[in-house]
Amino acid sequence: MTPSPNSPNSPNSPNSPVTVYVPRDSAARSVGADAVAETIRTAAAELGRPVDVVRNGSRGMLWLEPLVEVVTPEGRVGYGPVAPSDVAGLLDAGFLDGADHPLRLGVVDELPWISQQLRVTFARIGITDPLSPEDYERHGGLVGLRRALETPPADVVAEVTESGLRGRGGAGFPAGIKWKTVLDCADELKFVCCNADEGDSGTFADRMVMEGDPFMLIEGMTIAAHAVGAREGYFYIRSEYPDAVATMRAAIEIARENNWLGDRILGSDLSFDLHVRVGAGAYICGEETSMLESLESKRGLVRAKPPIPAIQGLFGKPTVVNNVLTLATVPVILANGAKAYQELGVERSRGTQVFQLGGNIARGGIVETPFGVTLRQLIEEYGGGTRSGRPVRTVQVGGPLGAYLPTSMLDLPMDYEAFAAAGAMLGHGGVVVFDDTVDMAAQARFAMEFCAAESCGKCTPCRIGSVRGVEVIDRIVADEEREENLALLEDLCDLMTDGSLCAMGGLTPMPVRSAIEHFPDDFLAREGTA
Amino acid sequence: MTTSVDDVTTQAAVSAIVAAHRGQRGPLLPIVHAIQAEWGHVPQEVVPLLAQELNLSRADVHGVISFYDDFRREPAGRTTVRICRGEACQAVGAGALVTCARDRTGLSPGETRADGSVTVDQVFCLGNCALGPAVEVNGEMLGRMDTDRLRSILDEAVAS
Ligand SMILES: Cc1cc2nc3c(=O)[nH]c(=O)nc-3n(C[C@H](O)[C@H](O)[C@H](O)COP(=O)(O)O)c2cc1C
Repeated sequence: MTPSPNSPNSPNSPNSPVTVYVPRDSAARSVGADAVAETIRTAAAELGRPVDVVRNGSRGMLWLEPLVEVVTPEGRVGYGPVAPSDVAGLLDAGFLDGADHPLRLGVVDELPWISQQLRVTFARIGITDPLSPEDYERHGGLVGLRRALETPPADVVAEVTESGLRGRGGAGFPAGIKWKTVLDCADELKFVCCNADEGDSGTFADRMVMEGDPFMLIEGMTIAAHAVGAREGYFYIRSEYPDAVATMRAAIEIARENNWLGDRILGSDLSFDLHVRVGAGAYICGEETSMLESLESKRGLVRAKPPIPAIQGLFGKPTVVNNVLTLATVPVILANGAKAYQELGVERSRGTQVFQLGGNIARGGIVETPFGVTLRQLIEEYGGGTRSGRPVRTVQVGGPLGAYLPTSMLDLPMDYEAFAAAGAMLGHGGVVVFDDTVDMAAQARFAMEFCAAESCGKCTPCRIGSVRGVEVIDRIVADEEREENLALLEDLCDLMTDGSLCAMGGLTPMPVRSAIEHFPDDFLAREGTA
Repeated sequence: MTTSVDDVTTQAAVSAIVAAHRGQRGPLLPIVHAIQAEWGHVPQEVVPLLAQELNLSRADVHGVISFYDDFRREPAGRTTVRICRGEACQAVGAGALVTCARDRTGLSPGETRADGSVTVDQVFCLGNCALGPAVEVNGEMLGRMDTDRLRSILDEAVAS
């Protein structure tokens, strides 16, 4: 192996180290990013070529992971997906100088998949070293917090309200209105809680924020604390995300060292500290009242509302509960003003949404664009259709409680109200694609099975209804009194929708009914059917 | 991690863990996590100890521990394989992985081999939905899993 000669104008002279980015995101690690980073370090050292390997977040082009980027005079040139066995050849080809190679993708910022997006919340993710406070400030970090700290709390709340930011956790409740309720409470003790339970299959944006830009989330929490008068905040992170837990804990330590947390933050009057709590494998603990119970170290039983958590939340005190993406978007709103954010989007869905393309999709990952983009654009233009190459048959949007949509509905714009009107739900922005081998009766059965497994058990429609749902679907598919059982299933869905304490039981009928409505043939008897 | 638990050392270790977490608000869940990290499961004997230390009823402590799927009553096998069965992984063959695991080990999700070699579990989403199917082996997440690779992981685990 010989290193290729450096061009004279290259900043990468043989003596100054070349900066190489290899993501530390757990999706990238799941396909070998650690081994790639290590191989690059050792192989470059053997060549006597100094490299500085930075473990960045992921750009969200997950099908290209591990995506390695090299800093060159033209910009950051990407290569991917890179396997450890590719590294020798890449070095031979001169990839440390951005040279050509079959895995060379070009300057990453100029790739259409990225350049067509509008990254607002995800602006820094994949670009910076997630745990470098210097990187964070260099790329616009803390601008929002500094501005907030100079602004009276009520004006910060007003700014968030005017931005049109709605909760990204699923329900789409306006964030500013929730904050105002907490601000208006007179209590000494108030809390800010970040819901990082991200239980929905098909969603991973919260994870990528925590692993890829944790200071942004800390900044958002701190702005929320200033806005509502809280001094203490909690992250509730699911145990399935060990990397996110470790990164958030490390980031909190660094933030404390830099006085971004603690007493008199950045010289202001605000004192605020954050703590990480880890979930224990219960989907229901993503429901906000169940999460609060779990934060109190109780069984994750859903609370009846009212009282709402904004008035009686954690340990009975006024509490802001917001999703990761909601809180992560607050700093940029404060930095650039409500208007800049509010100008994006459609109708009552303002700003951008971080869509997550998953399942059977050729180019899965993060697409952040203003609301109003259609499902078809996401799946065909960004996603490139199925990974299997077979036709798309259905798309489940909004997690396990979201509807299964047929391809005839792909022109639906991504907008909370448009989805609700179509009997569907945008939820947390997860888009899961299935090809034509999917069995929709099996998916409907799974929705009930999942509800039975994950119900907190407090209310009967959810706890028992879901078990009955599985049985009834089994009978329908076995052709036992089909018509009667279909009617029974409809009844059961009505009961669960109307009678459940929370959206766990209340929305489980959505995937079930949409499957029956759009794919009735899949519920015919099985013998002899293909 | 799955050391045996005798009375005196258990009591001392539990007390130390409780002491380390006592300052937190609502400390029981972090304490139970720490206990599982120490022993690989949550031994039944800790229930009365925790109840006493935290001034809770045994029923409360038991109720919390049993609510959460993560907490094991029995030690796991030497290799733990968790197969993601979320919809995104179902769309790319999670079902075939569950079948493969059953064929190779005789285990359904949630079961451990009698010889203590392998535990097969299911999990609803590991957050790797664009690179599924995802499987976690002893805490390490692996993307784009297929049945051949899973079978060789299980072959090795069964033999160990
Ligand atoms: C069964 C169920 C599970 C939920 N899971 C989550 C979750 O994992 N993450 C989340 O942010 N919100 C989840 N939610 C929504 C929360 O209850 C709540 O609306 C949200 O955390 C509020 O924050 P937001 O206004 O910023 O969206 C779930 C709701 C239900 C009914």
